[in-house]
Amino acid sequence: MMVLARWWDLRSLANPVHALLDWLRDRFPDWVAYVVSGLIGAAAIGLFLGVAMLLLIWVERRVIARIQIRQGPNRTGPAGILQPVADAIKLMQKEALTPFAGDKWVFWLAPVLLFVPTVLTMGVMPFGEGMVVADLNVGVLFIVAVGSTVPLVIFMAGWASNNKYSLLGAMRTIAMVLSYELPAVISLLSVVVLVGSMQLGEIIRFQREHFVWNVFLLPLPFLIYVTASLAEIGRSPYDIAEAESEIVAGYHTEYSGMKFGLFYAVELANALILGGIFAILFFGGWWTFGLDRIIPGWLLFLVKMLLGYWLFVWARGTVPRLRIDQALKFSWQFLIPIGLLNVLLVALEVAIWAETDAPGVILLPFAVVNWLGAAGLVVGYVRLLRLEGVQAPRPVLLTDQIGIVTRVTGPVGAGAAGD
Amino acid sequence: MTSDIRTEPFTVNIGPQHPSTHGVFRMKVTLDGERIIDVEMIVGYLHRSMEKLAEERTYTQNIPFTDRADYLSAMSNNLGYCLAVEKLAGIRVPERGEYIRVIMAELQRIANHCMAVGTFINDAGAWQTPLMWLFAEREKILDLFEMTCGARLTVNYMRIGGVAFDLPDEFVPACRRFVDEFPGRLDEVEALLRENEILLARSKGIGVIPTDLAINASLSGPMLRASGVAWDLRKADPYSIYDRFDFKIPVGTAGDSYDRFLVRVAEMRESVKIIDQALRDMPPKGPYKVDVPLALRPPPGEVYARVESPKGELGYYLVSDGGAAPYRFHIRPPSLINLSLLKQMLVGLTIADAIVAFGSIDIVIGELDR
Repeated sequence: MMVLARWWDLRSLANPVHALLDWLRDRFPDWVAYVVSGLIGAAAIGLFLGVAMLLLIWVERRVIARIQIRQGPNRTGPAGILQPVADAIKLMQKEALTPFAGDKWVFWLAPVLLFVPTVLTMGVMPFGEGMVVADLNVGVLFIVAVGSTVPLVIFMAGWASNNKYSLLGAMRTIAMVLSYELPAVISLLSVVVLVGSMQLGEIIRFQREHFVWNVFLLPLPFLIYVTASLAEIGRSPYDIAEAESEIVAGYHTEYSGMKFGLFYAVELANALILGGIFAILFFGGWWTFGLDRIIPGWLLFLVKMLLGYWLFVWARGTVPRLRIDQALKFSWQFLIPIGLLNVLLVALEVAIWAETDAPGVILLPFAVVNWLGAAGLVVGYVRLLRLEGVQAPRPVLLTDQIGIVTRVTGPVGAGAAGD
Repeated sequence: MTSDIRTEPFTVNIGPQHPSTHGVFRMKVTLDGERIIDVEMIVGYLHRSMEKLAEERTYTQNIPFTDRADYLSAMSNNLGYCLAVEKLAGIRVPERGEYIRVIMAELQRIANHCMAVGTFINDAGAWQTPLMWLFAEREKILDLFEMTCGARLTVNYMRIGGVAFDLPDEFVPACRRFVDEFPGRLDEVEALLRENEILLARSKGIGVIPTDLAINASLSGPMLRASGVAWDLRKADPYSIYDRFDFKIPVGTAGDSYDRFLVRVAEMRESVKIIDQALRDMPPKGPYKVDVPLALRPPPGEVYARVESPKGELGYYLVSDGGAAPYRFHIRPPSLINLSLLKQMLVGLTIADAIVAFGSIDIVIGELDR
């Protein structure tokens, strides 16, 4: 499994760990090595998440500032890189208020519990060949299952706050996650069907074996997954659950101090983890067309992860927010049906592949078919159901005359599209 | 069992401290789920008794009050008040003064619409980006104000019979540069927003005001024009020297939030045209004000003067009893009157739409409460 067993070969960070564990196994009973390996994994995840969150806050603020023609934080440390540390210190000093009429235990528990799925997901994430805490054979299922506990925690936060804005935000979260979990799972299913394994390491090895990234084979699942995962972690344009201009801060309105900081940090960490999942499922994980022989695979993986994260930041700086019913409609009417049809297509291809027992060459026609299928499904489905397509922007009349130019009639207010 | 479960409407206070009420405005909304079934608006948190205070001060001393009414368009407010006093006392403003006033008022209109469009898009959920882009432009206008009169927001620049100071030498080139650059910047903002599918989905058909209702409710400004009525006091009842300029009135066709956004953007372009013409035609030298006694005592009588402020018809009603202070000083605030249809606009919408519709009205609490 290992490339080289030399402990100093940092092309895989697993090497020093394995060297240490072997050394322990030689001298101590087996359980010592077992416990130590667990501790090392936990420490690695904790360290990575901690550093990543601090860094990501800085990245996000600087990038958004650039988008908005501002400077962003640039005073604390070189180029403001210590700003998140200063923020964290400030948040820790602040009083963590608990609403008088709130449910104290649930209120206290929610931000802590919110951290659990994030950390657990990190546990199955392969950073490089063998660089994974637990390469579960049901990795994809595990990620989905763990991720689906998040709305429960958010509802705890919203409910325990005893605040109307919080409750509205929590209700919106539940509706959103329920609706977008489905397209996310369906698009992951396409990948699993094609690869024939739920193990994340296996998915990457499949891509290496056939010398292709999944995104080239499965464009539609990738697009669906990006959309659905944006919605699931509640980032713009799906930041409906914490819509600042509408319901103040949604489910974390009442949180202050470091409890609020935890909500904020987890949001960023989730975005980063999604970047990682994109990289693993669709962009070959640590494998990059042989480039990973020159550059350590884990570095490439981190770069891909950050690029995925960049996508989220970019979206946040650019687009307005959808309304909740529009977002739900988009999922149920559009993403889920075309996702299911696409799974059918992929399943057919896999069946053909199994029949012909041709080697990987057949993937090329599959890719062509999938791209055409993706375009056909999107266009055809919209035509078929006559969904509201791109809404035409309206011109504004310019006139010199005084008086009524066009007459607007119709009900007041109730012109809202869709119910 | 299901018959035992009943849902009841619940009340949410939006404001006085809420990210989208732009100040201290308060809406008490009754919600059925996310849908609004009743709205009660509560104003007065920023009431400063301006109209009564003005009765104790001379006509010149009242000018700063007008800055603080609609603090986002102080120049237009100055202009309206000075026009009223000049009408009352029969004072004629010199040519250069008139041009300076028009340039300032139109710059102020652009600054105000930058703010209005920016916050509207912000309310629709585009996290700060268009707002910041437009703020960068507004900043340049405020710089122009600062170089002329030293103040950026509450300028207190216009005087009865003209303006307080002449334009500095560097003003005209700086303003010319702004006029040349601004349409391009506006194109960028429009490219980001105009055809944005999400913005279209969020603002089209939201908060529709039919033409009849708009007229009957006495709406004015972009609110009225978005509902299909071409009514602009600069053309309908030209004041100052607006009859000399060539510009068009932008009119909406659907009366919804999206149209109000479009009308404001189009108005900015028209304002740029007016400034361009004014810079070209302005006499390079000459008096910019006439001397008016500090304690001006206009003859007894009453007067109503109105201007097209960025938000709508801004009127000043003054009664003089021949003394040094007005006997009655009344402002017709476009913000308050444009807001009067709030309930009709919001009932039936969801809370998310309500914020968009409310954001498209463009109110300033200082003017609302006075």
